[in-house]
Amino acid sequence: MDYLTLIQILDSSVRLATPLLLACLAGLFSERAGIFDIGLEGKMLAAAMFSAATAAITGSVWLGLLAGIAASLTLSGIHGLASITFRGNQLISGVAINFLAAGITVLVAQDWFRQGGRTPQLSGGARFEGFTLPFAERLGAIPLFGPAYEELVSGHSILVYIAFLAVPATWYVLFRTRFGLRLRAVGENPAAVDTAGVSVVGLRFAAVAICGVLCGIAGAYLATALQAGFVKDMTAGRGFIALAALIFAKWRPWAALWTCLLFGFLQAIALRYQNIDLGAITVPVQLMDALPYILVVVILAGVGGKAIPPRAGGEPYVKER
Amino acid sequence: MDVMPKWAEVILVPLISLILAAILSALVIIAIGEDPVAAVQLMVTGALGSTYGWGYTLYYATNFMFTGLAVAVAFHAGLFNIGGEGQAMLGGLGVALICLLIPWPHWSLALIAAAGGAALFGAAWAAIPAYLQASRGSHIVITTIMFNFIAAAVLNYMLVNVLRPAGAMDPATARFPETVHLPSLHEILAPLGISFSKAAPANVSLVIAVLACFLVWILIWRTPLGLEIRSFGKSGRAARYAGIGAVRITMIAMLISGGLAGLMAINNVMGEAERLVLNAVEGAGFIGIAVALMGRSHPLGVFLAAILFGFLYQGGAELALWTSIPRELIVVIQALVILFTGALDNMVRMPLEKMFLAMRRSREA
Repeated sequence: MDYLTLIQILDSSVRLATPLLLACLAGLFSERAGIFDIGLEGKMLAAAMFSAATAAITGSVWLGLLAGIAASLTLSGIHGLASITFRGNQLISGVAINFLAAGITVLVAQDWFRQGGRTPQLSGGARFEGFTLPFAERLGAIPLFGPAYEELVSGHSILVYIAFLAVPATWYVLFRTRFGLRLRAVGENPAAVDTAGVSVVGLRFAAVAICGVLCGIAGAYLATALQAGFVKDMTAGRGFIALAALIFAKWRPWAALWTCLLFGFLQAIALRYQNIDLGAITVPVQLMDALPYILVVVILAGVGGKAIPPRAGGEPYVKER
Repeated sequence: MDVMPKWAEVILVPLISLILAAILSALVIIAIGEDPVAAVQLMVTGALGSTYGWGYTLYYATNFMFTGLAVAVAFHAGLFNIGGEGQAMLGGLGVALICLLIPWPHWSLALIAAAGGAALFGAAWAAIPAYLQASRGSHIVITTIMFNFIAAAVLNYMLVNVLRPAGAMDPATARFPETVHLPSLHEILAPLGISFSKAAPANVSLVIAVLACFLVWILIWRTPLGLEIRSFGKSGRAARYAGIGAVRITMIAMLISGGLAGLMAINNVMGEAERLVLNAVEGAGFIGIAVALMGRSHPLGVFLAAILFGFLYQGGAELALWTSIPRELIVVIQALVILFTGALDNMVRMPLEKMFLAMRRSREA
């Protein structure tokens, strides 16, 4: 494998890691606040459909992004209503949201465009184009560093840079602000937060809303940047890989970045090579597809330190009466 | 003391949830410019108006009985088995291996062995998540989700690289031999003088599904093991204090659950397709969640909910055929049922409880 191929694979890893990273950070906010969210997949899917549809109709990808975020936030609202207000089972609510999104996206896309549940192909202003960083072309001439800068760092859509900037931002918000401290506390010991006079319900809804916005960006990225339009079930399990990454990263933002890059890399490899020939053994492509999930099970089995979720995760908070 | 009488708990709450889901579904149908009344009429004639329709409805219902029971048994132990999909996929693998590798003289022997294989493979696929939950405390929902994806990869590998007959293009096994063909309802009912559609896929597995409902009822409410499962589900700590081993009960409940999900394969793989294809389960593992929630985890409830969902599936297929409503409408309805009977249960329950409390007070006063 030559240097340029390596750069290309890494470049594609970054592109594939972006939606995982956004969804993973989304889940991080929600689960740190004690709300399990297995509906990341559904929120991304809904955002993908509505962003692509809006972009196709208006011709503006930014309006599409807003529509995607709105769709994702609506589902977040349902999740919040079910799991915070009515203290329902958060996992069941997540399952319902995934199915709701899987069904409604095809239903709406078919009703609006009559193209078998997909949106029209997006082009021009209806799509996020690559964003060339300064001096990319001039620095590209430098050996080794040049191609890496031009191909790998520069030339992605703006949402990729937003996703990567979201990592330090998440770290800062969670670990350096009062809001973040309270948000983490509400996921560990909501009664203590309540005693301190801070609204548990308010904090949890805020966390679920942030989760919705991030999932919305992730979905919009899928349909308007990574690909040009929505097709049925286009998230293809990415929400669950993000969930796996979140556990693998033990609910920490920087670790989430590395994990998502790793999982993106695995996807890029699986996409480029069908079966990997290692001389003595051939690694089948199916193993590459399943590797993120297998890795998580291995982590959950206790190899490499215990992954401990936030203590109050999944538990509805009942104020004492 | 319970606030609500038992009939309200068992019938009223699910019924109201179902009505809410139906109203929202009707709104969705109106929103895409179709007539909900006509849609329901079409579904009823399509799914229940002929023995052909019934044959499909009961075929789907058979799948959902198995997966619904699987989720219900795990629910009784306080476990959420979301991995029915993967367990049913592996069950299919077990059925395919047994039907293809052993020359069976008669379908009845093959059915017994295939059922055993399906249950064994399904249970094995549930065993690792169960063990991790029981001994490591890793959340069973997460591990069973991951195992669904791993199952899909395993099945893909087996079909593409191992089981695909030489020269065939599509990833599927060879057709099972004629001798393992399961009698369809048409063949069972014809000697009794009842004519039933020849084309419909409902088969003898339906009898086994009904039998499974009955056996699960006995297990949960009439055996010491069932009592242990239920006590563990109500309060793990109290159960442990009473000497019920957490690891043991978690393992047993999940093995039964996985086995039931795997058993589905005798219907869809052996009874219908008569070969193993990639997408054999078609989401039935997930519908089991809706069925178990709707049926309040009671075998009778699961039986009725499975028939309801069988009706929705066959009716939905008819809708997609004759109108511009895509099949995905059924997925939306399924989501709404899960939402209202599962996650938003309290939304339905709280006003009802208030109502019954007020009624009781006025009676006492």
